[in-house]
Amino acid sequence: MENVWLYLLILLLKMIGVITFALLGVPVMVWVERKGSGHIQHRHGPLYVGPFGVMQPIADAIKLFLKEDITPAAVDRPLYFLAPIMAFVPALLTFAVIPIGPHLQVADINIGLLFVMAISSMGVYGLVMAGWSSNNKYALLGGLRTAAQMISYELILGLSVVGVLMYSGSLSLQEIVKAQEGVWLGFIPRWFVIPQFLGWVLFMVAAFAETNRLPFDLPEAETELVAGYHIEYSSMKFALFFMAEYVAMISISCVMVVLFFGGWLPLPVIGPIVESILPVFVVSYLMPVVWFLMKIGFFLFFMVWVRFTFPRLRYDQLMKLGWKVLLPLAIFNVFLSGIIRMAGLT
Amino acid sequence: MGLESILFYYFAIVIVATAALAVSRRNPVYAVLFLLPCLVHIAGLWLFLGAEFLAAIQIIIYTGAIMVLYLFVIFILDLGSFRTKRIIHQQKSLAIAGGLALIVQLVVLTIASTFPGPFGPPQEVVSGGNTQAVGGVLYTDFLFPFELASLVLLVAIFGAVVLARKESEETSS
Amino acid sequence: MQESAILGYLPILIFFALAVAIGGGMVVVSTFLGRKNPNPEKISTYECGMVPFKDARQRFDVRFYLVAMLFILFDIEVVFLYPWAVLFTRFDPVIFGFVEMLLFIFVLLFGYIYVLRKGALDWS
Repeated sequence: MENVWLYLLILLLKMIGVITFALLGVPVMVWVERKGSGHIQHRHGPLYVGPFGVMQPIADAIKLFLKEDITPAAVDRPLYFLAPIMAFVPALLTFAVIPIGPHLQVADINIGLLFVMAISSMGVYGLVMAGWSSNNKYALLGGLRTAAQMISYELILGLSVVGVLMYSGSLSLQEIVKAQEGVWLGFIPRWFVIPQFLGWVLFMVAAFAETNRLPFDLPEAETELVAGYHIEYSSMKFALFFMAEYVAMISISCVMVVLFFGGWLPLPVIGPIVESILPVFVVSYLMPVVWFLMKIGFFLFFMVWVRFTFPRLRYDQLMKLGWKVLLPLAIFNVFLSGIIRMAGLT
Repeated sequence: MGLESILFYYFAIVIVATAALAVSRRNPVYAVLFLLPCLVHIAGLWLFLGAEFLAAIQIIIYTGAIMVLYLFVIFILDLGSFRTKRIIHQQKSLAIAGGLALIVQLVVLTIASTFPGPFGPPQEVVSGGNTQAVGGVLYTDFLFPFELASLVLLVAIFGAVVLARKESEETSS
Repeated sequence: MQESAILGYLPILIFFALAVAIGGGMVVVSTFLGRKNPNPEKISTYECGMVPFKDARQRFDVRFYLVAMLFILFDIEVVFLYPWAVLFTRFDPVIFGFVEMLLFIFVLLFGYIYVLRKGALDWS
């Protein structure tokens, strides 16, 4: 019986760790985004709250908490209150299967990758429900557009990982990371991004569309839909949509690192050097998490960079890109990977 | 009562309750909303049988895709209009007949089939991952039905396009 | 009775409950914090300052339906690909598995070309 309680205690600690990681990532990302965009546009970005404005997101959060919570008269009340939760929960739930380290994972299930796909497919409901319950033309159109966009790009997301599975032979995320251990020619890591480069590019583009980031942020296109599905939301309910978007960004970066960049495995060249001078327990317990954070940090910064570099697509261009360019390309990639994999076997 | 039994009753109660709520809602958006937890919990039942792959597919296809279609259809149909109401009224008797037929079928099947006792998956499904086990038979022993499935999907694609065109012609005229 | 797979998913169920508690907690907290000062203008539906006209829930473009329908069909195709990809190296011979899926996708490609020809995916 004692073992059960110990198990539960460790599980709870892991969950708290993972949730803190996900939620703490949000203010960090908000700061990086505002500061980064500032410098990209030759501005300073936040300056006054804390050193380099690092406390700005915290100030924003307190402000949002204390703002008046307006509930418009025409809304469908139960759904209006439920929609932000429905947007937030799937975004956070993905973290239940992400291996942040060899031991730091809430649940290592056999179908880890399918779980990620299943959860991301649930993400549309919060947005559609927000759009419908608001009883506002912009919100409903924004919600419908989001749904159509997300399901279209979900296909590409789903197809782009098929090549990875041919190499890993497993759907468990922990197994997928372990399959990427080792090096080619002494220094090139056996990360799946190398044999699966096209797959990674497709995954990346689909990830931007799934998280509604620019250049695919049509659901909330400020200039044509005012704000999209969350137009009628204020205070913390708005903040939940906002957080859901950032948590989704972090989680999809994590999934990308796990699938294509070796997850918590050390970086090439520097990795072995750094690990050889550190004590053993640091190497086996702390360093995997550090490598993982470094990798996702890079991709999160990349997402900010892209946002302030590319213009937004038109809706017809977005759908055309998804269905007429990326979908055939993704199917082509499946067979290309098959041929390469077969050649590698013989 | 073991943990598993408690979990099973939790899943079973949620499925029955949400299904009942879904059919009794007047607002179709709420009906879909109650179907979502219902379908997710049915996926939970697959897990009791060790069918992890099916559980994931249940969520990806049913809640992730088909329910989105239902929502879109509800939004597109404009259920408040007089014309839609008349069509739905006409379908009522047909729907009742179909529902009754389904109930009879389910009852007959339940009586006719013999259950292997309390839940518990066959051993070969548990070992070595359920997805691999499904694939192992699907792409070898059931090769022909698998290839036939592509034809079924093909027909469905034709059907979707034809129906959508018909609908858009009606709206424009 | 042997241990079924469900117990491995118990952590996810607990995690789900935690996520709902956090999300729900924030919605509840925000209804108590902050001033409440509604007036008819403030709680009216936002329409860029105009007085809202008609119901927002009107009929929408049938193409949304078509996209959802095609999504289901192609999603099923993707689902068939997963067990196949996981088993890929274990087909004996490997080319057998490859050709098998090639045939499957080839049939669906006809459907895809048909959709393109009919202009069903043109959004302009």
